[in-house]
Amino acid sequence: MATEAQAISGDWGGGTLPYRVGHRKLGMWLFIVSDSLTFSALLIAYAYVRTSNVWPTPFKFYPSIIFSSVMTLVLLSSSLTMVMAVSASSRKERSKARKWIIATAVLGVTFIVLHMIEWKHLISEGLSPFQLPAEWAEKWPGSTPLFGATFFGITGMHMFHVASGCIYLLVVAGRVNKLKHEDVEISGLYWHFVDLVWMFVFPMIYLLSIDFK
Amino acid sequence: MTAHATDEAEHFAGSTRLFLSVWFWLLALTGFEVFLGYKHLPVIYMLVILMGASIIKAALIVAYFMHLRFERLNLVLTIVPALVICICLMLLVFFPDSFRARDLRDQRPAQPAAESH
Repeated sequence: MATEAQAISGDWGGGTLPYRVGHRKLGMWLFIVSDSLTFSALLIAYAYVRTSNVWPTPFKFYPSIIFSSVMTLVLLSSSLTMVMAVSASSRKERSKARKWIIATAVLGVTFIVLHMIEWKHLISEGLSPFQLPAEWAEKWPGSTPLFGATFFGITGMHMFHVASGCIYLLVVAGRVNKLKHEDVEISGLYWHFVDLVWMFVFPMIYLLSIDFK
Repeated sequence: MTAHATDEAEHFAGSTRLFLSVWFWLLALTGFEVFLGYKHLPVIYMLVILMGASIIKAALIVAYFMHLRFERLNLVLTIVPALVICICLMLLVFFPDSFRARDLRDQRPAQPAAESH
């Protein structure tokens, strides 16, 4: 007990890293906390308008559910490649780390392309942020046009994070020889967070709005 | 001491086998969620089960991919409880109120009929 107390007072006495992480990594964790609250607020607002209104459930197996499931597979796989990059970087295998980071960015771009195809399909059906397609309004009478606002708002915000992440990863891949291991790890934290957010967006937006008709 | 701390920071715990098994479980849970999406369950059951599965997936990602399981407890305690409490507070305010708003709307057509008696 005394040794533990000594260790804690030693760590917090200055000149050391009390959390045993650098200030940049701690900064990324705090950013992730704040961004988690942003997405939580968006998803809770979505749950609010969904519960308090008649909500359309328009997603057919093809293309929406197939596309979103493949997008989930792609994003989960990109997390695996990212963790392999961080692992390689910790062993100082920098060229290997670069290859894994580039693979992660490629999977991120694949996710964006698939999502854009999915968006294009819905827009061509007549969905916009404040208007439902005429066919949907007929199929689900009295349903709220807020469907489009929440769908494009939440998935758009997530896609913006994926796109920013791809740029961030490509910069890290380009500078991997100059950067410290912890910098690679920090980029990994951001990327896994983007993956984590999709784990809530996918069931809440897509799986709860499957069209059985 | 600083050099010692840096050496420790560069140690990234976890093997390829561990990361592959976490990835496999994440895929399996996703498959279960999609399967469940096609079961005709009441929305509230669906919501509870899907959110339960998503929280397990999030915990796996945070613990193993984001490495938090291998970090110091004081970092975990700085990050996790505050976030969980904030989200619970938002849910506490907005989730019950969403049902109130729906009930008000559902009651509206019934009111004129009740008044006529």
